[in-house]
Amino acid sequence: MSQKVTEKVPFNGTKEQEEKLLAVIAEHKGMNGALMPVLQKAQDIYGYLPFEVQKIIAEGLECSLEEVYGVVTFYSQFSLNPKGKYKIGVCLGTACYVKGSGKILEKIQENLNLAVGECTPDGKFSLEATRCIGACGLAPVFTINDDVYGRVTEDEIDGILAKYKE
Amino acid sequence: MVNIKINDVEYQVPENITVLEACRYAGIRIPTLCYLKDINQIGACRICVVEVKGARSLVAACTHPINEGMEIYTNSPAVRKSRKMSLELILSTHEKKCLSCVRSQNCELQTLAAEFGCDETAYEGEREEYPLDTSTEYLIRDNNKCILCRRCVAACKNQHVGVIGANERGFKTHIATAFELGLKDVPCVACGQCIAVCPVGALREKDEIDNVLEAINNPEKHVVVATAPAVRVAIGEEFGYPVGTNTKGKMVTALKKLGFDKVFDVNFTADLTIMEEGTEFLERLSNGGTLPMITSCSPGWVKFCEHYYPELLPNLSSCKSPQQMFGAVIKTYYAEKNGIDPKDIYMVSVMPCTAKKFEKTRDDQAAAGVADIDAVLTTRELARMIKRAGIMYQTLSDEEFDNPLGVGTGAGVIFGATGGVMEAALRTVAEIVDKKELENLEFTAVRGVEGIKEASYTIGGNEVKVAVASGLSNAKILMDKIKNGECDYHFIEIMGCPGGCVNGGGQPIVPADIRNVIDIRAVRAASIYEEDKNLPIRKSHENPIIKEIYADYFEKPGSHKAHDALHTKYVKRDRY
Repeated sequence: MSQKVTEKVPFNGTKEQEEKLLAVIAEHKGMNGALMPVLQKAQDIYGYLPFEVQKIIAEGLECSLEEVYGVVTFYSQFSLNPKGKYKIGVCLGTACYVKGSGKILEKIQENLNLAVGECTPDGKFSLEATRCIGACGLAPVFTINDDVYGRVTEDEIDGILAKYKE
Repeated sequence: MVNIKINDVEYQVPENITVLEACRYAGIRIPTLCYLKDINQIGACRICVVEVKGARSLVAACTHPINEGMEIYTNSPAVRKSRKMSLELILSTHEKKCLSCVRSQNCELQTLAAEFGCDETAYEGEREEYPLDTSTEYLIRDNNKCILCRRCVAACKNQHVGVIGANERGFKTHIATAFELGLKDVPCVACGQCIAVCPVGALREKDEIDNVLEAINNPEKHVVVATAPAVRVAIGEEFGYPVGTNTKGKMVTALKKLGFDKVFDVNFTADLTIMEEGTEFLERLSNGGTLPMITSCSPGWVKFCEHYYPELLPNLSSCKSPQQMFGAVIKTYYAEKNGIDPKDIYMVSVMPCTAKKFEKTRDDQAAAGVADIDAVLTTRELARMIKRAGIMYQTLSDEEFDNPLGVGTGAGVIFGATGGVMEAALRTVAEIVDKKELENLEFTAVRGVEGIKEASYTIGGNEVKVAVASGLSNAKILMDKIKNGECDYHFIEIMGCPGGCVNGGGQPIVPADIRNVIDIRAVRAASIYEEDKNLPIRKSHENPIIKEIYADYFEKPGSHKAHDALHTKYVKRDRY
């Protein structure tokens, strides 16, 4: 049935990662509230919590997959999608928002055909809408990994992204 | 006992109970929505709030424990205002398509809204639009009507299935499966307990009424209907009779008036199941077959076993369920005897069950090369058909099932309650092995609503250990014991729903107000045992038509011909 869950970025977990996860599960099994710490460590190991990882956790902790998925989708710190090689963060803090960062976000989504919280199928770009990153003087601002782009306009987006697409 | 005051009147009530239970002692009904006795107690909906003197705010009566000297007010202005506002807020995001809702007039939200004089337009909430989940053969999930009470989630978890739960948070919270898969793609067992506990119209069976009506109106089709034992003691509830009233005669009359060509009784194939299953059991016992043998009548249980305990599938009896045996008998024996082409027969069964809708689509359920069963109606669907046809149920006279396949025994009828299949099997196996008449037909140790029952009998000089479980959490306990070699039972009966078929997912929905005070499982079961007591024949092997069908057609129980038509196979199913 697993083929019913379609993930945009194919899962490519390694044997080592799985061994690490199984060790974490073994360490927590039987404890009250084991699910949260196991999910946190699983996200450390894989960077995100795809179907395959949640399935290992559900089987290991002998709980239903829905129980795992319910917790994963409740907390915004857990991610169902991997982070891209280039992590884009668009600030939606008050100052940036007033200066039109909503439009910047839309433009990026359009350019990369990418929804907030997701990653492009080639694993290159992932997109987050962030809270204030403390660069209000540069509003509207967005980041790509450690590069900061301030006082940007919609017209500049295609050009900026093109540099990373090469 | 502790002393408390409710609305300024002093009462002595037992310790360790909730405010809700204490109020019942005082003759006061506290309205509830998310609370359902033995299933869900989470204090989420805030409809049951009361004022407790000295408390910071209103408290939820369903979860708040009482203590010495507590003073409770159940009908103060603050209480009334809060309950009404909570209801109006629930209504603000509820899809209010009450006119066409399957639960209209049997909806707990609708009842409370009317009771509290709510204005359904008081607040206009922002609503998410959810697509319906229609992926399975048996049920429809409609989150647009869901009020997030989580009773279905609790019922599913109670069955140790847990395929639905709350996803996301805040305004986006909704009940769904892992990764938003369709129910078809998760290990749902089709038991329908989620429907039975839903206070609104968010869960319902997949309706097959139109297909059945089309067949009835088709002159080419010979339309046969057969009803399961548990239907007769519940369908009356849809027409105003008290819970558990046996209205078999009226039900048969109504079916004839609806235009079915023949109205038969699944009790007949319950008896046939006993002949086949009893023979299979004795064979396994004497030839070193896989033991314990486990019954296979409950399709919810069978699907559970296939998903969660595939290694124990060899333990399942190879017998088809009584429903499928009925279809097989109609399309082979009955068709041949009456010179009807099986293709021209439309076989309908009326079941207390949603999993039966799934069962009819399983592979290997076509004894005559066409599907054994063409349509399955739940007890609720049959009631809707009767109402729609303008049949005044209460005024109907009592009629008998048609012959010959309307003849069933007391052993057949008790299939409807947990322990019934075991008791029916014991009645027959004991007499066949010991070759003498039983002095006492009632194997009371296997009766009752307890989740797991055990007993031991001496049959043919040997001790036979049996166990009976109903509800899948209890089934899980037994399966784990078998896997770990911790038990030495010979024969186990398992029913998917707690209490057996009388409490099946296709039965009339009983509102929480009633379920919180009476055990519908016990009341309906009592009615089943009453019918058994009053039937002239109470043992499957003494059913004259059973004798006839073996003499004329199936030769003997367990024959090659019987195996071809009446037995089946199981498959391992993935979980995800």
